[in-house]
Amino acid sequence: MGQYPPVELLPSKERTKIPRHKIPEQDPNVRRANFKEVNLGYTIEMAQAEAQRCLMCANPPCIGGCPVNIKIPQFIEKIREGDIAEAARILKEDNALPAVCGRVCPQEEQCEIVCVLTKKFQPVAIGNLERFAADWERENIGIQVPKIESKTGKKVAIIGGGPAGLSAAGDLIRMGHDVTVFEALHEIGGVLVYGIPEFRLPKVIVRAEVEALAAAGVKFEKNFVVGLTSTLDEMMQQFDAAFLGVGAGLPYFMNIPGEELVGVYSANEYLTRVNLMRAYDFGPNDTPLINIKNKTVAVIGGGNTAMDAVRTSLRLGAKRAMIVYRRSESEMPARIEEVHHAKEEGVEFMLLASPTEYLGDERGWLRSMKVQHMELGEPDASGRRKPVPIPGAIEEIPIDVAVVAIGNGSNPVITRATPDLKTNKWGNILVDKTTMKTSKKGVFAGGDIVTGGATVILAMGAGRTAAKYINEYLMNPDFVWDWE
Amino acid sequence: MNKIIEARFIGPNVKLFKIEAPKIAEKRKAGQFVMLRVHDNGERIPLTIADSDANEGWIEIIAQGVGKTTKLLNMLEAGDYIHDLVGPLGKPSHIENFGTAVSIGGGVGTAIAYPIAKALKEAGNYVISIIGGRSKEYVILESEISRFSDEVYPTTDDGSYGFHGFVTQKLQELIDSGKQIDFVLAIGPVPMMEAVAKITQPYGIKTVVSLNSIMVDGTGMCGGCRALVNGETVFVCVDGPEFDAHQVNFKVLKDRNNTYFLEEKESLHDYECHLDQAFFTLLKKQKQGEN
Ligand SMILES: Cc1cc2nc3c(=O)[nH]c(=O)nc-3n(C[C@H](O)[C@H](O)[C@H](O)COP(=O)(O)OP(=O)(O)OC[C@H]3O[C@@H](n4cnc5c(N)ncnc54)[C@H](O)[C@@H]3O)c2cc1C
Ligand SMILES: Cc1cc2nc3c(=O)[nH]c(=O)nc-3n(C[C@H](O)[C@H](O)[C@H](O)COP(=O)(O)OP(=O)(O)OC[C@H]3O[C@@H](n4cnc5c(N)ncnc54)[C@H](O)[C@@H]3O)c2cc1C
Ligand code: SF4
Ligand code: SF4
Ligand code: FES
Repeated sequence: MGQYPPVELLPSKERTKIPRHKIPEQDPNVRRANFKEVNLGYTIEMAQAEAQRCLMCANPPCIGGCPVNIKIPQFIEKIREGDIAEAARILKEDNALPAVCGRVCPQEEQCEIVCVLTKKFQPVAIGNLERFAADWERENIGIQVPKIESKTGKKVAIIGGGPAGLSAAGDLIRMGHDVTVFEALHEIGGVLVYGIPEFRLPKVIVRAEVEALAAAGVKFEKNFVVGLTSTLDEMMQQFDAAFLGVGAGLPYFMNIPGEELVGVYSANEYLTRVNLMRAYDFGPNDTPLINIKNKTVAVIGGGNTAMDAVRTSLRLGAKRAMIVYRRSESEMPARIEEVHHAKEEGVEFMLLASPTEYLGDERGWLRSMKVQHMELGEPDASGRRKPVPIPGAIEEIPIDVAVVAIGNGSNPVITRATPDLKTNKWGNILVDKTTMKTSKKGVFAGGDIVTGGATVILAMGAGRTAAKYINEYLMNPDFVWDWE
Repeated sequence: MNKIIEARFIGPNVKLFKIEAPKIAEKRKAGQFVMLRVHDNGERIPLTIADSDANEGWIEIIAQGVGKTTKLLNMLEAGDYIHDLVGPLGKPSHIENFGTAVSIGGGVGTAIAYPIAKALKEAGNYVISIIGGRSKEYVILESEISRFSDEVYPTTDDGSYGFHGFVTQKLQELIDSGKQIDFVLAIGPVPMMEAVAKITQPYGIKTVVSLNSIMVDGTGMCGGCRALVNGETVFVCVDGPEFDAHQVNFKVLKDRNNTYFLEEKESLHDYECHLDQAFFTLLKKQKQGEN
């Protein structure tokens, strides 16, 4: 039984004529001054009308485009039929955090790009529908606790409370294992709570997901740094298996002169202060940030992190907020929607440019930045045309704050304390690609610590795969732990 | 949440806390620190672990009330709770038998030097401790430090107690007296550490300082604590906090530590004017150990 009246299916021809439903959003001039969510979400009418557009393909390519193979036409059909609770249930068979993924997945490169409608028309808004179903469940009936298999008595430690760890925890608790998540920070969620800003992913959504896991029986130990508070070896004496989902938390700097000046932040620090520590509401909250009001902020980089930092700057009152990126716009790794939103909000884009030096005053405060302008040269190994410096094209730009968002390396805390855990030369943990097992018996790993900075859904996919094989390892006496 | 077992002032504005933290007590080595938050909207601040007992499961921290967070902390009493406590963080001190080691603590820096000096003694060093303060009441931990030090020299700026002058003058006096000094540890205000480094450099005495940079996570994730050592960027929370004093760029440390000067003043002012009543409600809940 649905919660809303079903919408009758129109003939295919007519359905393809329906234009894609835009998700309502806050007006750019309003939202650039607040931290509330930009996208407002579909109404039930819009969701059902958008669901009508799906052709229910017999061999749906969209499923293959999704890294966790969500049963896309099935959940969309339930929305059209008005049974949103069932749509949410179908989603959660494959994705532990649909409200998150519907918001932050790069759909244009994954599920939506392969939708059969994409070539001639516009793809079905899979992400928006996913978000709708998950939000509806949370707001109307509460996140449903899944059925838990009978207890196995096996104990699993999940290290890191980001999307990789949370999805592994969700699956393992369902399989009947005893699961504890260990998190270094004082809040669970990883990048979802310290990196991605409130205006893209409200914290209440992450918190609700974490509470649902807790209701299902997952235990959480915050303020626990594995490698320091306890070593992995010590923990393995109490746990039957462990999953490492510790992310890629070690900010890169460019190692150019002046990076130590006051006013040069890593994106991790800038976003952590604003999001996790709520510096945007300084006063009630104690953690400060340099006052951004009427300042000029330059963000170095072209990924999601850079877009988040630059749009955060506008919301903190910056007079000018700009992206400085060394390649051209088509090469920017950020989600298209974020770039589009940033432009609407008034972010400036300085493309084919890279800082070479920061200059400061006698107090050590940042005052300006020297930028080298580039042009596109020959294609490099990745097939992208390589930016090459234009001789003499160096410009000095007055700025007050710079945010370096050029990526993250792997944090060495765990690997330093666990010498028998094999890593590559960048410190990423080496795993067997099929099972996610590491060189250390009983220990699996996945997410950004294995791949380097990637996406939420890939990290969650890795967590799921690991959960499946952790279960195998725990329950199947024939599981072999070979490692070359 | 971690329960405070004991809390008492050991100097003006300087309070010692014994806190239940069995996991941290078990692991912790001299030179390591914790990060804590006093309440749910609070800042994460680093404080050195002054002492610990693995059997009884507690650690000791000593905090000087300088700004909002440390002043709030110093309002807590035995039976109250620390909202969040994580550690032990940072690299343990490099301890070996150097021969004769001089441990210099300025102000609350004495609390940070104390566990390291103790470890130096346990490793077989002849330990000389210099404990500096503005005036008599600012000289802290003297009896604790006397217990293991071979020589102890309290110093005061105003001459109200012990040696009249700065810790650096006392150090210079020791060097001038022809004493063989193999190792110097200096912890305190940045100008003090810089001055010690200047004194020992010409003599080639190995000197270590503990950098008090501003931290956020304390796990290497944010890079906010970075300092310049030997011309290279280091993250104090994971690569330190101790570094070779002769290689530290103290100007950068001083500048960066002044980043939030205005905000800190504002925060303290609001707090002291009792504007944020909301906080007191929070603190009350805190005292009852609720979340
Ligand atoms: C600002 C920003 C914006 C992004 N935007 C998007 C987006 O729009 N879409 C998208 O798909 N992806 C986005 N990403 C990437 C995505 O967030 C990551 O790929 C994903 O979060 C990785 O998940 P993870 O679980 O592997 O690691 P993380 O999310 O990094 O979580 C790791 C957790 O482990 C904890 N930890 C680390 N070390 C220890 C230890 N020793 N002991 C205990 N705990 C530890 C950390 O504190 C952290 O909570 C963004 C990333 C950033 C930084
Ligand atoms: C590794 C380490 C160990 C330390 N051990 C001790 C100790 O044992 N006892 C002790 O009294 N103090 C110690 N400190 C200093 C202590 O952390 C600061 O005094 C405290 O953070 C001040 O916070 P506040 O809000 O009370 O003051 P604020 O008014 O916010 O700041 C006062 C000054 O403290 C520094 N500071 C501010 N915020 C931070 C922060 N988040 N992290 C680090 N420094 C900050 C700044 O230089 C600032 O000028 C240590 C610092 C470090 C880095
Ligand atoms: S999880 Fe991401 S990729 Fe998969 S269907 Fe949802 S939005 Fe698309
Ligand atoms: S490919 Fe597009 S139209 Fe076909 S089932 Fe998937 S979402 Fe629907
Ligand atoms: S405090 Fe964040 S990296 Fe050191």
